[in-house]
Formats: sequence, structure tokens, C-alpha cells
Amino acid sequence: MLESSKESLKLEAMKRVVGLIAKGKNASELFPAVVKNVANKNLELKKLVYVYLVRYAEEQQDLALLSISTFQRALKDPNQLIRASALRVLSSIRVPIIVPIMMLAIKEAASDLSPYVRKTAAHAIQKLYSLDADQKDHLIEVIEKLLKDKSTLVAGSVVMAFEEVCPDRIDLIHRNYRKLCNLLMDVEEWGQVVIISMLTRYARTQFISPWKEDGVFENSEKAFYESDEEKRKSAEETKPYAMDPDHRLLLRSTKPLLQSRNTAVVMSVAQLYWHLAPKHEVNIITKSLVRLLRSHREVQYIVLQNIATMSIQRKGMFEPFMKSFYVRSTDATHIKTLKLEILTNLANEANISTVLREFQTYVKSQDKAFAAATIQAIGRCATNISEITDTCLNGLVLLLSNRDETVVAESVVVIRKLLQTQPSEHSDIIKHMAKLFDNITVPMARASILWLIGEYCEHVPKIAPDVLRKMAKTFHNEEDIVKLQTVSLAAKLYLTNSKQTKLLTQYILNLGKYDQNYDIRDRTRFIRQLIVPSERGGALSKYARRILLAPKPAPVLQSAFKDRDRFQLGTLSHTLNSKATGYLELSDWPPMAPDQSVRNVEVAEAMKEWSPAVGKAKSSKSDDKFYSDSGEEEDEQAADSGSDEEGGSEGSTRTPVSLSSEAESENSETSEDSSQSEKSSDSGTGVKKTTTQKNKKLQQAKKPRKVRYTQSQALTISKLVSVCDRVCVCVCQQLSSPVFVPVHTYELLHRMTGKGLAAQYHFSRQPCIYDDRMISVQLTFSNNGDHTLENIHISEKTSAGQNIHCFSPIECLEPEKSVTVSMGVDFNDSTQAASFQLCTKAEGFNVSIQPAVGELLLPVTMSEQDFSKEQGKLQGMNESSATIAMTPESITSQPLHRKVVNMANVGVVPSGQNNVHRFAAKLVSSGALVLVCVVQKDSGAQLTVNTEKTIIGSMLLRELQTVLSQGS
Amino acid sequence: MIHSLFLINNAGDIFLEKHWKSVISRSVCDYFFEAQEKAMEPDNVPPVIRTPHHYLINIYRDKIFFVSVIQTEVPPLFVIEFLHRVAEMFQDYFGDCSEVAIKDNVVIVYELLEEMLDNGFPLATESNILKELIKPPTILRSMVNSITGSSNVGETLPTGQLSTVPWRRAGVKYTNNEAYFDVVEEIDAILDKSGTTVFAEIQGVIDACVKLSGMPDLTLSFMNPRLLDDVSFHPCVRFKRWESERVLSFIPPDGNFRLMSYHVNAQNLVAIPVYVRQNISFFESGSSGRLDITLGPKQTMGKTVECVVVTVHMPKVVLNANLTATQGNYTYDPVTKILVWDIGKLNQQKLPNLKGSLSLQSGAPKPEENPSLNIDLKIQQLAISGLKVNRLDMYGEKYKPFKGVKYVTKAGNHGHFVVTNWKLHNILASPFYV
Repeated sequence: MLESSKESLKLEAMKRVVGLIAKGKNASELFPAVVKNVANKNLELKKLVYVYLVRYAEEQQDLALLSISTFQRALKDPNQLIRASALRVLSSIRVPIIVPIMMLAIKEAASDLSPYVRKTAAHAIQKLYSLDADQKDHLIEVIEKLLKDKSTLVAGSVVMAFEEVCPDRIDLIHRNYRKLCNLLMDVEEWGQVVIISMLTRYARTQFISPWKEDGVFENSEKAFYESDEEKRKSAEETKPYAMDPDHRLLLRSTKPLLQSRNTAVVMSVAQLYWHLAPKHEVNIITKSLVRLLRSHREVQYIVLQNIATMSIQRKGMFEPFMKSFYVRSTDATHIKTLKLEILTNLANEANISTVLREFQTYVKSQDKAFAAATIQAIGRCATNISEITDTCLNGLVLLLSNRDETVVAESVVVIRKLLQTQPSEHSDIIKHMAKLFDNITVPMARASILWLIGEYCEHVPKIAPDVLRKMAKTFHNEEDIVKLQTVSLAAKLYLTNSKQTKLLTQYILNLGKYDQNYDIRDRTRFIRQLIVPSERGGALSKYARRILLAPKPAPVLQSAFKDRDRFQLGTLSHTLNSKATGYLELSDWPPMAPDQSVRNVEVAEAMKEWSPAVGKAKSSKSDDKFYSDSGEEEDEQAADSGSDEEGGSEGSTRTPVSLSSEAESENSETSEDSSQSEKSSDSGTGVKKTTTQKNKKLQQAKKPRKVRYTQSQALTISKLVSVCDRVCVCVCQQLSSPVFVPVHTYELLHRMTGKGLAAQYHFSRQPCIYDDRMISVQLTFSNNGDHTLENIHISEKTSAGQNIHCFSPIECLEPEKSVTVSMGVDFNDSTQAASFQLCTKAEGFNVSIQPAVGELLLPVTMSEQDFSKEQGKLQGMNESSATIAMTPESITSQPLHRKVVNMANVGVVPSGQNNVHRFAAKLVSSGALVLVCVVQKDSGAQLTVNTEKTIIGSMLLRELQTVLSQGS
Repeated sequence: MIHSLFLINNAGDIFLEKHWKSVISRSVCDYFFEAQEKAMEPDNVPPVIRTPHHYLINIYRDKIFFVSVIQTEVPPLFVIEFLHRVAEMFQDYFGDCSEVAIKDNVVIVYELLEEMLDNGFPLATESNILKELIKPPTILRSMVNSITGSSNVGETLPTGQLSTVPWRRAGVKYTNNEAYFDVVEEIDAILDKSGTTVFAEIQGVIDACVKLSGMPDLTLSFMNPRLLDDVSFHPCVRFKRWESERVLSFIPPDGNFRLMSYHVNAQNLVAIPVYVRQNISFFESGSSGRLDITLGPKQTMGKTVECVVVTVHMPKVVLNANLTATQGNYTYDPVTKILVWDIGKLNQQKLPNLKGSLSLQSGAPKPEENPSLNIDLKIQQLAISGLKVNRLDMYGEKYKPFKGVKYVTKAGNHGHFVVTNWKLHNILASPFYV
């Protein structure tokens, strides 16, 4: 039928196949016939084929590959549902060979316009990770990107992927923390659960404990720390606890979710409050948890378990709701037991009488296991609340006359435990139990009574030998456990009252000697050696009394939920009371508050910096301004982040180290560094030293962890960090990250000529992901018109010899919206413009990208020796040089460096001489080295460029000349 | 997350299995069967079972066990809640969630499960979205499909999936625009023999059936919102408005849904609508006992009490019951020891009475525990808490909808009214008085 030409027949056949799969029958021999239909137009048929494929692809990997091309085609389909489902199936086929294809598909889908497709991409990340864990680094990149996504649809799924792939990369969350908190209300409910539990872990590492003082809390949301100065001061003082505003934000944004209809959401909010909120605020979760008890049996079970754990620590929380925990006859046994547990935990002096009355009804329950559990609970109440011990004991003794064996047995056991805590006053109870002894048949109970009589035989001197006599008669009929206790009793009586019991004891010992059970024979032999004086065993028998009649510590009756709180509430591990696979420990509060500014996001400002650059002249101007404003601060910042890195362990990272001459260093830790910098700036000759220092710091800053940045430099530093992140991951060998990424954008298409469509481009100075020989260019499209533009794409590449990797077409662009895409261009190491046609659905525009010579490079790090060596090889034709006059301001190293790295994407080579500055890079396409050397002289500088590509060399020389001779 | 799902019937047959990741052999269910055997009754099966390599989380609903296989840490409630959603979805699609219905619609079930979970993580659980993706089966459609060959799978992505109101589908159109709200309240109470309330609480839900065209924005306000103590809402309800103004403002899903559930503050004394006079006693000598139960209405605010059913769980030694009922009829099942007395409507003039003798197993000692009575009832047109809907306003659409509110009071689903025997408390109580 599958081969049939008729759609309906095929569909019918496929339905039957799915029926087979559902029943668990093997349908794998149909694989070839089914796979043929993967490209069928009928959507239902297609879906059923997908179901089949996902089920059997793992078994038939080779045949499954036949279907891949269909999915690849479907990934480009204009219908987002089809794109998404293609990605879903592609990623669900667990065939290792297609990992690269999957990777590519995920990367592309992660920047898809449709949030639904991006959500699917987030799901696919986990699948790929479970298939091939080696892709972790690349996947983390995608996760990082998706975490920035603002769509509520994506948030839950990407956090799920985060939890699965890299739960320890907490640094990725920092900048998205506030966004996640604010979005939380609108995320779909399953996502909420995942996000909340992730944020719980996050908050435990990032905020200080709100539990330290139970006194006055300062919860107002005023700005917490005014400046770094103050911050440090307040950390040193014994300050009243003030909650971090972000911590408060989390609590506030989760609170409404307690009203969710989804029990899992309510539970996760409850655990968040339990683990994070100040003690006096936890109470708000009580009511919601009690509400969950109205839900299904299974839900009750989990919730009760969690309440049981909570109620041990905080009785007050649930006490007003005690009646909700009353057991009903229709409850399942495990629910009854849990309710009992909670009632026991909640019992205190004030309410014990109600609780006990309730317990009495339970004892009568037809469910005997439950009745037994109740008796244990009574025992626990009795030990916990000393006032009622006697009442409980009396009640339990009455229960001894109960007809049911289990009840009696349990009572005896509990009485034994209770008596052990205060034996002296209760000889009458022991007497009573001895009287009942004949009627009790449950072995455990009999054994308990025997033990009691033996232990306290001094309190009941008359009865004890009599009981032993009875036991001697029935010894051979008893259970093993009773026999053992009989032997013990005999031994103890022999020691205390040997006159009356000597013969009895010997008789019992003889019986025990020939018992079938080796345990009993062993015990008998041991006891005999111990107590009966003989020639050999004399040494030990002296101590027999002390061994057998030593005072024994009373047993502690405590809850089974006592130590459950080591697990995070609401987790599977908590339910099982053992670590489940993949359980993530909840960390303790940090002793000191980690830096809170990491969560600052200045997206708006970054956008501002990006947008106003229209046209080249203007852009360079704004660029200058950017420098004069924040260049110095940027240095500070880099240094700061560096010292953050160093001082991370000491925990004092507050003071920025300033390299500028005005700033005075206070930090003792880095005093060495700063004194150097002071010296250098004073003398004006120690430039080089500072340079190297700066380099060092910059390199440290490249490490992507915990980089602090304040508002004004948000852009620079964040870009630096994000670039570094990526570079650290994917660049090999001596390639280094760009020292600096300028922000200027160039115009590709003016909005007048583009009829509403404006396009700008920008060199991101990152290694291109498409091809090593390409330069990555970021294009920003914005729609300034008043109608939607559809299908923006690149149609023809007019320039020859230049390879262009196009961006994926933009489906539609609403008015007033803009979108950024990236493309790769191989300029072949020339400054010739890459021209192509940019098309919308309606029209095409001829545009070109003109690279500056400095953008054709990628920075390289090398040592000074290597630099000289390489320079030596590139003499003569390959060298071009010029002398330039420099303005006095640019004499110092910083402005010079800044100018050079701004103009060209070069790496700084550490230099041993103060007046020599070296930079190295390589050409992106050919990989040829480009070395730049600036030697400062009294009133000018000697500029040298060495490279194989002489044209590039001379162009670079010219550009540098103009840049350096300008005043800053 | 969720690896696999097995559906198992009471007889222990696995009649459906679905895997979202690699296939897990159905032998993993053996651990479940083991636990099931140990538990004796299906209700007693522990919801979380640990096996050497997996964890099994199961729910029992409509005589079907939904057993899911988990491999790593996940909040158990997450899985349980999801499984219940699955069961509800089946109910929604096929009318009832039974083995037969699932077997008959196995393809749709498979398609549903495929959409609801991706790689074990919930994808689409809103019934409105799912119904757009996969059309529910109707006789008419299946006939049309078999003739024309068209499919019942949606071709485009449901708009709800992308919008901020994922629960509502776009392009809804009705000729009659109607919105009905059912306020259903349940009383859960325990009374002692003298009729004193030991424990009572009222739980309510508002179930809605909204069939309105377009994108209506509704506002529902109450006369006395203070009554509501603890509430939980459908995601469509704007929580901010509730907090500030105590009104329910929402864009409703299409069709049937539960708008909110609430709890009425127990401090307000709950008016129990009936009273019971009962006397069950067993004689010390001779193996017999006597039973006498009378029911009467009380505080019903002029409404009739309907569907009254009294259930008594008799002690094991009761062999048979020989009773006469003045109204309705009774059955006694000697195996389960349950006496059911179906009364029907409560009559103010003539109070229903059940009287007669019980025969006990000869020689067995007299039962120590007097049985408790469970009473089930229903009152139309009345919300026992006194909650009243004030008005319903609609914004965003031009037509005038037909609106209706219905009130029902029921006995709670948990214990009903449990009338326990006060004597029972006294037997043991003496030594315990503090």
C-alpha cells in the first residue's frame, strides 16, 4: 500500500504502521518503503512518516540518511511550521554522522525570524548535545545568543537547554537575569518551572543570605550602593542587612505565580521562597501549598512530602492549617502516612490534645499498617513534648489489650522506646506488660517485653524470674528474635539474681546450645563464656556485669524527613531522598555579595552609539567624541576587569586601578602596579612600561568571566567581552582577539535611494564563521518607509573573484523596525569594493561594501624576538617606511596605541623599549604577516610597515601616517 | 525530561507506548508491576518508583496508569502535572479517556503526543492550539476525509503559538455568541454524631463555556469578592487587575475551560445543608445489629436538595443487611461491605428514613468501630458560600453576546460529609485528656 500511487491509500497504510509502533510491535522492515514518502506533499502523511523516522532512524542509520536532504530543503521553507518541524525531526534523528548538518541548522535557526523556529532550535540544542557532547562549546555560543532573545516563547526552552548543556556557566545568565525576571509572568507554564529552578540556583550564588539577622530588615528598593567607595565601606562595617534589589525583583516577580493553575509552577515558586526569601516572608507560600492538596492524589503525595520537610524546620508555617492534614478514610496509604508525619511535626504543647484525639481515631482505622504508624507517631509526640509522656504511655498501655496484633506489637515497641527514656518511674507499666505477655503473640512485641524486663529487672525483682520460667517452658516454640532476647534476659537475671535463676539460666543456655539457628548458638556460647565462671574465661567475666547491664542510651524517635532538607525542595532527589542523576546541588550563600553590576544591561545606550553614524565623515567625528569621552575610562575599565580577575579569591575587587596620571591608587593589592604607572606618567618616559602593563591587563580582561562594566563603558567592554568569548572558543594558535572594535558604521544604502530601506554595515573584526578567508560584516537593515518590506536578500554578486556568503533572507521587515544580520566577504586582500545587488520583493538596489585596509587584517600576538625575526625576513621591497611629525599630546603611548588599533585590526606586541611600539597582524585571505613598528623620536616618529603584499603595505602606511599626524 | 510513556490498563497490559528519545524497552514496566502488586489497590501505587537506571513517575486516572520514564533529575510535579494534562486532552478530544477511545484513535493520540512533547519537554499543551494543529475526530469529518482524502492536520502554525495570548485561536466565528459560567461549589465537612461540625470548608470553581467571535476581552465582577480567600487562575486572567480591583479581566480561550478555582475562608461558618440522625449499634450477644438513619434538609435557602446518596462502609463482620427505606432504594454489597442508599430529592414534609437489622458473622466479636456515613448531594441554583456574579462586560467586539451564570453546590469530592461517631472518640479518649 505504501507503494501505491493513491494518497489516501498511503495514508491508510501509514496509519496502520503507526498503530503497530504504538503497540510496541516491530515495524522496522518497512523502513525503505516509508522513507520514500518523506517528501510527500500531504501534511498528515508527512507527519506520520516523521513519527516513523524518529522511531527507527537510530536502527537504520544508512537508510535514514536518504531523508536528510528533504529536511535541509524544508529548513528553507517559507512556512515557519514546516521549517520548525523539519528542524525537530532532523535533530531527533539520532544519527551521529549528521552532527555537522545539525549544528549548521541550529545555528541558522537560532537567528530565524520566527520565535517558534528559534524555540525549536533551543530544543534541538539539547538533542545535539546528548548525541555528541563534543559540540558543547559551539552549542554554548548558540545558547548565549538565544538567552538574549526577548521572546517569551524562547525563554523557557533556552533555559532548559542551558540547564542541560552548561548549568555551571552562570556568567551567561548575569546580563539576562533581569529580563528573565520580568518576562517570567508571560512565559508558558512549563518554561516557568525551569526558569524558576534555574534562578533559584543562580540567586544562591549571587546574593548574600537574607537569614543572618532576624531583626529589622531593610527591604526598600532604594539604590543600594552609590559608589564603589561606599560599597567597600559598608561591607566593612557591620551593616544592617539590605536586600539586593535584584534579589527583591526575583521574589516580587515570582509571587503572582503562586496563583497559577499549574501545580508544578506553584511548587517551584514555593521552593524558591523557601530557599531564598527572608524567614518572615516564607509564610505566603503556605496557603498555596495547602491549596494544592485539593488536587490529584499524585500531586498530594509530592506536596505533602515537601510540607513534611518544611514543617520540621518551621512549625509555625503550617500550624493554622492543621485541619487540612487530617486523614480521611478515602486517602491512599502513602498519603495517610505523610499526613501523619506532618501532624506529628506540627504537634506542640498547645495543640497536642487535638492532635492526640485525632490520632485515637486513626488507631481504630481498619488499615492496620496505618494504625501501627499512628502508634509510632504517638510515641514521637510523647518524646518531643515531655508534658504528655505519661498520658501517652497510659494510652498505649490500654492499647495493649487491643485485639489486633499489629497494634499491640507496635504499642509494645513504642512503649519500650518511651520507657527507655525514663525507666525508674514506670515499674508498674513493666509489671502490666509482663502480665499481658502471655496474650501477645507477635514476636517483635514479645522480644521487646523480654528486653524491657531484662533491662529493668531490678525494678521488678519478683516478676522477672517468673517470666523467665515461662519462657524456659516455651523456648523451642519461639521465634528466633524472641529466643535471643530470652538468652539475654537469662544472662542478666543470672548476674543480678543468681540465687533464684541459676538453674533456669543453665537450662536455657543448654537449649540454646542445640538450637537450629547458628545465631542463637553463637549467642549462647558467648553468654556462657561471659557469665559462667570458668578457668579460662575468667578475665572477661569480671566485666560481665558492666558489659550486659551498662546503661543504654535512649533511642531517639525522629522524623524520616529530618535530613531531607539537604536536597532542594520539589526535586526528584528530594522525593526519593537520594541523589538522582543530574541533580544540581544548591550552593550555600556566598559570604560576601558578589558584584551586582554584572547584571547591568545597557542595551539602549549601545543602540544609541550605533545608530547616529550616517556617512563616513560624520561617523569618524562621532568616533572621536566617543574616545574623548570614554577612552580613558575604558582603560580604567580594562584594568579594573583585570584586577577583578586577580582579586577574585580575596574578594576585594572594589577599587579600580587607574592608569591615568590624575587618578590616585588606593588599592594596596595592586600598589606595585600603580606605583609603576604613577612613575611612568610623571616622568613621561616610562611609556613603554605602562604599555606592557596595559597589554597584560587587556589580555586578562579577555578571559570572559565576571567582567564588570559600568554604564558609560557598557558598550566597549561588553563588545570586547563578547568578542573575546567567541575568540577564546574558536581561534587557534597565535591568532588573538581584536584589541579594540570600533563602532563606526558605514552606509550601504541610503533610505532615499532604498525607497524606505536603509542599510548600514560595520566590520565586527571577528573571525568569520562561514570561512576562514572571509571577513565578517554586520549589516543592519532598517525600514524607514511606511509599509512592510518582504524577502530582503542578496541576488547577484557582480564583482568577480570575491566570494560572498550571503545572509539568510529576511522574510519581512515591519516599518520602524530594524534587523541585523551578518555575512562573510572574501576581499582577496584588496580594498576593491564588493558589490552585489540587494533585493527586496519589489525592487533591487546595487550596493557595494568598501573595506578599509585596516579591516583586512586579523590581529596576531607574538613575542618581541619573533617580531624582530619576522621583520628581518621582510626587508627591502617588502618594507615601506615614513617619518611623521607628531603632536605633543600623542607622545605618550596610550593615544598612539588607540589610534593604531582603531584604524587597523592589529595586535599589540609587548615591547621592551619605551619609545618603540610594535603591532602585528595577518591578512585574512592570504595569511601573510603584516608588521607595524613605530619608533618615537623627539618631535616625530619613524613608521615602518613590513609585509609581503607591498600594495597593502603602502596603503596601510599612508593611512597610519594620516591618522597619527592628526591631533587627538 | 520525559523519555517514554506507557499506558497500562488495569489488567496489566501495555496498550500504548511512545518514546521521545531513544527507545526504552517495555521491560522497564516490570518494576512498576512489582510495585503495583505490592500496593494491592491501584490508588496505593506510589507515584514515584525508582529502578536501577530509570525513575518511573505514574498517575492513575480513569482506570489507566500513565507511566512515564525519567532518566535525570526533574521536578516530579512537573511530570505529574503534564501527565494529567495529557489525560485531560484525551478527554477533550475523544469525550472520555478510556482504553477503548485511545485504541480507536491511536493515530491522533500519537500525533497529539508528538506535538505536546519535543525531546521530552512540553511544547504545546493548550487545547486551543492543539485543536488547530490536529482537528478532533468527528463522524462527519472522518467521512469527508475518507472521500476527499484531505487530512485533519493543520497546515499552518497556529497563531496562538506566537501571540501573547497562546490559549486563544484566531479567527473564531460563531453565529450565536454565548458565554456561560458555572459556579460550582463543593462542601467538604466532617460532622460528629451530634451533628456538630468538626471541620468544614468550601471549595469552588468557575467553569466557563465561551463561544464568542473574534478577540473579546471580558470582565467578570462579583458582588462579594471578599469571600474568596485563596484563588488560582487560568493563565488568561490578568493578575494585576485582580489584585487591585478584584475583578476578573481576561481574553478567554475558545470553548470550555476552568476560569478559576477558589477557596472560601473557613472562618465564615459553613452552612451544612442537611442534618442526619443516625443510630447504628451492634448487640453484644447474638450476631446482629440495628441501623436507623434519618436525613432532613437544613439551611437550603429555599432550594431543593437533589441527588442525595448515603454511603456507609460497614465493618468486615457485617454479613448482610435487612432494611426498609421510606424513600429511594438501598443496596448492600457483602463483598466490599458498602451500603449505598440512593435517596434522590429531599422532601421537606416526609423525611427519608432507612431502618432495619444487620446480620453479623456468628461467633465474631462485635466490631469496635462504628461506621461513618458519607453523604453526597447536589443543590442547583445555589452557591452555598453566597458568592454572586455581579456582571459580565465585554470589550473589543461589537456584537451583543448572550450571557448566563449557573450555580451548583455539591458535596466535596474528597470525603463528602463524613458523619463520624462521637462515641468512637470517647472510647480511647479517657487516658489521653491532658
